[in-house]
Parts: sequence; C-alpha cells; structure tokens
Amino acid sequence: MWKPEPSDVDLRYLVEQDQLTEDGLLQAYRTMCTIRAFEEAIAERYAVGKTPRFDMASGPIRGEMHLAVGQEAVAVGVCPLLEAKDAVVSTHRPHHHALAKGVDPGRLAAEIFGRQTGLCQGKGGHMHLFDRELNFACSGIVGASFPQAAGAAFAFRHRGEPRVAVAFAGEGAANHGTFAETLNAAVLWQLPLVIVIEDNLYADSTPKWAGLAQPHQFQRALGYNLPAYLVDGMDVMDVRRAARRAIEQARQGRGPSVIEAVCYRYRGHFEGDAEEYRTREELERWRALDPISRLGGRLRRLGWADGDRLARIEAEARDVVAAAVAFAERSPLPDPGEALTGVFG
Amino acid sequence: MRKLRGIAAAIAEAVDQEMAADPAVVVLGEDVTYWGAVFGFSMGLMQRYGRERVVDTPITEQTFMGMAVGAAAAGLRPVVSLMFVDFLGAGFDQMFNHMAKNHYMSGGQVAMPVTVLTAVGGGYGDAAQHSQVLYGLFAHLPGFKVVVPATAYDAKGLTTSALRDPNPVLVFGHKLLTGLPFLPFEGLEEEEVPESPYTVELGRAAVRREGRDLTLIAAGLMVHRCLRAADRLAGEGISAEVVDVRTLVPLDVETLVASARRTGRVLIVDEDYQSYGMSGELAFRIQAGAFGALQAPIRRLAVPDVPIPFSEPLERAVIPSVDRICEEARALLGAAAAASSP
Ligand SMILES: Cc1ncc(C[n+]2csc(CCOP(=O)(O)OP(=O)(O)O)c2C)c(N)n1
Ligand SMILES: [Mg+2]
Repeated sequence: MWKPEPSDVDLRYLVEQDQLTEDGLLQAYRTMCTIRAFEEAIAERYAVGKTPRFDMASGPIRGEMHLAVGQEAVAVGVCPLLEAKDAVVSTHRPHHHALAKGVDPGRLAAEIFGRQTGLCQGKGGHMHLFDRELNFACSGIVGASFPQAAGAAFAFRHRGEPRVAVAFAGEGAANHGTFAETLNAAVLWQLPLVIVIEDNLYADSTPKWAGLAQPHQFQRALGYNLPAYLVDGMDVMDVRRAARRAIEQARQGRGPSVIEAVCYRYRGHFEGDAEEYRTREELERWRALDPISRLGGRLRRLGWADGDRLARIEAEARDVVAAAVAFAERSPLPDPGEALTGVFG
Repeated sequence: MRKLRGIAAAIAEAVDQEMAADPAVVVLGEDVTYWGAVFGFSMGLMQRYGRERVVDTPITEQTFMGMAVGAAAAGLRPVVSLMFVDFLGAGFDQMFNHMAKNHYMSGGQVAMPVTVLTAVGGGYGDAAQHSQVLYGLFAHLPGFKVVVPATAYDAKGLTTSALRDPNPVLVFGHKLLTGLPFLPFEGLEEEEVPESPYTVELGRAAVRREGRDLTLIAAGLMVHRCLRAADRLAGEGISAEVVDVRTLVPLDVETLVASARRTGRVLIVDEDYQSYGMSGELAFRIQAGAFGALQAPIRRLAVPDVPIPFSEPLERAVIPSVDRICEEARALLGAAAAASSP
C-alpha cells in the first residue's frame, strides 16, 4: 500500500515520533543492502551450471530458489525490533527474514550450498533453515508458519516469558485455513503473536485478484477482533512503525496483531520463472518505489548520510556477502553417511 | 506415428481429450493455468477451455479437495492438481476420509469420479518437503486407485482410464520423467504415442525386459533405473528381467508372481520410504504366490526411512541409483548361489 512520501518537515516529525536515530536508520539501510547483495549473490551462484539450458539439478546450488529482492523493508521493518529469544517462523522465501533476525550470513549461505558448515549441516536447504540460538525456523509448506509461531507464542505465555513470536507469510498463504484458524486461536488465548503478511501481489503465477475474495487482510482480521495494520511494504519506516506497536502490545501481554505489508518481488517466483503472468512495466513501476533508494534519499534529506557514506555502506554489505559466499564455497560437502543419522534425537 | 518425450505432455493430452469429450470434466488446483500445474500436467488447457473450466484455486488444499468430493457427488468429473504430492497433508482429510470412503460408506449411492494429478520424486535437490513419492501412503488406504506411469504411452492411456473411472484415481507423475526443460530427464527419449484417445487398463503390470537370472520390480522413475541396471548387468553376464508395476492399486499380482517363478530371485526397487510400503507389500504377495520357486529371500532397495536430505551427496545416498541397484542385484545372486551350494 503506497503511502505519500513525507515532506522534509514531516520526515523530521515522523522520525521523532517513531524514535528513530541516525544509527538505527543507518543500520536498517545496511541490513537492507546486505539482504539485497545476498540475494543477488545467490542468484548469480545459482545460475552457474544452469546455462544455456536451465536445469534445476545442476550447478553448485540445486533445487528451487525463491529470492526476496524488493521485499527487504518488510523483514528489516520487523526483525531488528526483536530480541534473540523472540521467535520467527518464515516461509519458502526465508533469506531476508533470516538475515534481518541476525542469522550468520556465512552459515546461511553454506546451508544454501548444501555444505557441512551450514545451519543444518546441509540436510535442510534453502527452504528449511533452522537456527536454534535465534529461534528462527521456516518451511517450504505454504501456510505452515501461522500455527507454529502461535505455538511458540503459546509456550512463551505458558512460561510467563515476555517473548514475542512472529509469523511471516505471503498473501497467498493467507488464503490457507491455517491463517483463519490461527487468528481465532491467537485472539481466543491472547497470544503474544505478530502475523506479518507479506503481500507481493502474486502467489506463484496467480495474481492476487484471482486468489483473494477481499483485497486486504485487515478486512479478515476485523472479524476476529484484533488490530491489523496496512503498511507500505516498500517503506521500512512505515513497516517499523506498525511493527513497534504490534510487538510492544504482544510483549506486554495484550494479544496478537496482524501487519499487512504490500510489497513487490522484483525477481520471478523462483529463479528460472518465465514470468508470463506479469508485465515489465508493472515491475518498473514498483522499482520506482525501491525500499533501499527511498531510505537512502531520506537519510540524505535528514543530513545523516551523503552519497559517499551510502556507497560505503553498500560496498561493506557486498564485502560481508562475498565473505559469506566464499566461506560456503570453501566448506566441505557432508559425508554421505550423515544422511542416515539424525532422524531421532 | 507421432513421437513424444516425457509424461507431462501425454497426461495433459489425455485430460484435454476427455475435456473435449465430456463437459463435466473440470480442472482445479494451484497454478493450473499459466504454469500448467508447474509440472505440465494441465499445460495448454486454459488456452483451450478458459478459466471457467480450468480453475486456479487459492492455496487451499483442504478446500479444493473437499470441493472435488462435493462436485463429483453432484455430477462433475473433477481433475484436481496436487502440485507436489508432499502437500497432501494440507488436504488429506478430505482425501482419505471422504474422497476414498464416501462411495463405500453411502452403500454405493455416491459416485466419486475424481482424478488427482500429482508430481512426485527427488533427485534434483529439492529437499525433504518437495522430493517424496508417498504413493504407498495412498495405496494403504482402501478406496484410492494408484497409478504410477513410467512411459509417455502409459501416462496418456492410464490417465484416460483414470478420468473415465467412476472412482478416485491418483496419477503420480515423476518429475524426472516429465520431459520439461528445467529438470533432468530419465525417461525414453522418443516414444510413439497415438494422437487419438486410448486407454491402458488399470491393474496390468508390464514386463519391460525379459531375463532369466533375477526379476527387478519397480514403478515410475525406478523402472528406468532398473532398465539401465539390467543393461549394465547384461555386460557382466547377468540376465535381469524388469517388471513395471504401473498401478499399485489395483495390483497385478499374477504378472509379478509369474516373473518371480521364472527367475527365482526378486529385487524390489522403490523410491518410497522402505518400511510399511510398496516393497514390503509386493514381497508378501510374491512369496505367497511363488514360495516354492524362490531360490533366495526377496531383497529390496528403497529410501532407508529418512527424510530426503538437501545436500547432493546425502540425497544420492538415499535415493536408489543404478549403481546401488546393480550392487543389490549382484548380492542377491551371490546370496542365491550361497543358498544353493551344498
Ligand atoms: C501447502 C502448499 N501448497 C502449495 C505449495 C506450492 N507453493 C509454493 S510457494 C506458493 C505460492 C506462495 O505465495 P505467497 O504465500 O503469496 O508467497 P510468495 O511466494 O509470494 O512469497 C505455492 C503455491 C506449497 N509449497 N505448499
Ligand atoms: Mg505472494
């Protein structure tokens, strides 16, 4: 949901209202740049061995690959407000959430490359990332994140811990029964849960108009009596504003919320997607709202960064990612015998 | 005759021809329009029949499976796409408690002419939630017919039979047999497939290669790996027969038993999890029918009861390969030789 770009005066007002600091906003910029660079580096490495014929099984990274270029602001508007022990349950498109939650880029990359040093020693892969320390999990099954995050929230409440659980999911996943069922349970039990619907207008090849009876998730939330925020998913400040309220409310034991962040993915649903279901023009229109350049522009207007400083941050982000990918690439593959271990604990 | 490469075009053609013949046939599922259900089983159908008959559903497996149950009872002949079989969990109640049982529970009043098309299998790095075959799970439950085509000819003929059948029939199309450009292909490069509609009867196994020393039994992709293994074994002087089960339900026990009686040694190769699945069931049926003729205990090679891991060396270690089939075959012959020596 695009919202008007604030004037200089209003920008200062919003920054003050939201208690945003120079450091905080620069850090948000940095994390978004890291995510962008990470996804682009994975796209590049994924393509190796897949030309001239695109074959999912060849090259250093195999299988499906869902990237979140363009959707950085959603992850970075939410996750940095969380503590390590707060839970995040993500989806088949999980890298941006993982990086924003603080997952180590090297171990993340190594898992995507199927290496022994990966988060899950190569057993999980890009759709099945787990980091116990940071309470991060995800699933390749659409709709799976809602109840699992609710379960984490249930555990926190049960033990009287001031913790919050966040479920990320797409607008396509929000059609799944698990969304409605989780809303009901979460309100009924006043769980410390924040559900973030990342509405990028498409579920695979299926445009939103072909899949949703109501255009907005807040319309659904109304029926369950819980707060729902409709935010500009291409604006990290707007996402953060709603996330701060929702997370505080949950942490204080005042129940769940829904955040609906309208955004756009620049790349295909998965790498190799021919994208016959959308136009180049539509993509260009959304690129004009790019979350990184919009935040960069605001940092300049606030006098908190100039072009050089932003360029330096971008270069540093690329270095971090290059080191992560290099770590993954020089890490060994797991021993085949490992396949038979670990079914039971 | 016209030639096809892979099962995807063959399955889509079968659905197309049944749609042309019968307005009661509708297609439901995720991404069945532009993407042809991802693995091609409905490709071209939207362009021919429009979004009224080829319906992209929201991501709601429970609901569209339930709708298929209700629509079938009300006189339609739904073809439902379950994009990957791994997603069955999200719609399984409607399938196993209703689709599979309503005909029986209603004392035969309710018809259930539903065809479910689903993509199965691993071997291309899609990990634990997108690489399973799971046909044993469905075959376990009374009320489903279970079709696992290995060739384009069978895929078309069996799918046509499925659509004309008054019962729920599940067609398990292996991703590495689809012939789509973005995946490896292990099927037959060129196959003669008639353009006009035809059926292949459900419940008839096929002997794909005749042999004397042992019988390899498999379904889907594993039929091709067994054929390659048989080629290699032939170079070592071992003559392997290869039997393609084609349909797990109904099961052609006769053909399996006859082959076991001829060769006296059986290796069952399965891409499903090993325990409580097809391999155990076939072994039981074969020993019951060919006990006296068996020269060695029946062997099996299947996924060793672990989820399919992501990393390539791990994935290779669990999905049966041509190498492993050959090793097991040699071991079976060795065991047989040992058993028959005084
Ligand atoms: C239960 C289930 N059904 C179907 C799929 C196949 N699938 C994977 S991603 C996807 C679309 C998801 O759309 P959305 O929730 O909007 O997320 P996005 O991909 O846009 O981030 C589908 C249908 C799946 N993984 N799980
Ligand atoms: Mg989406």
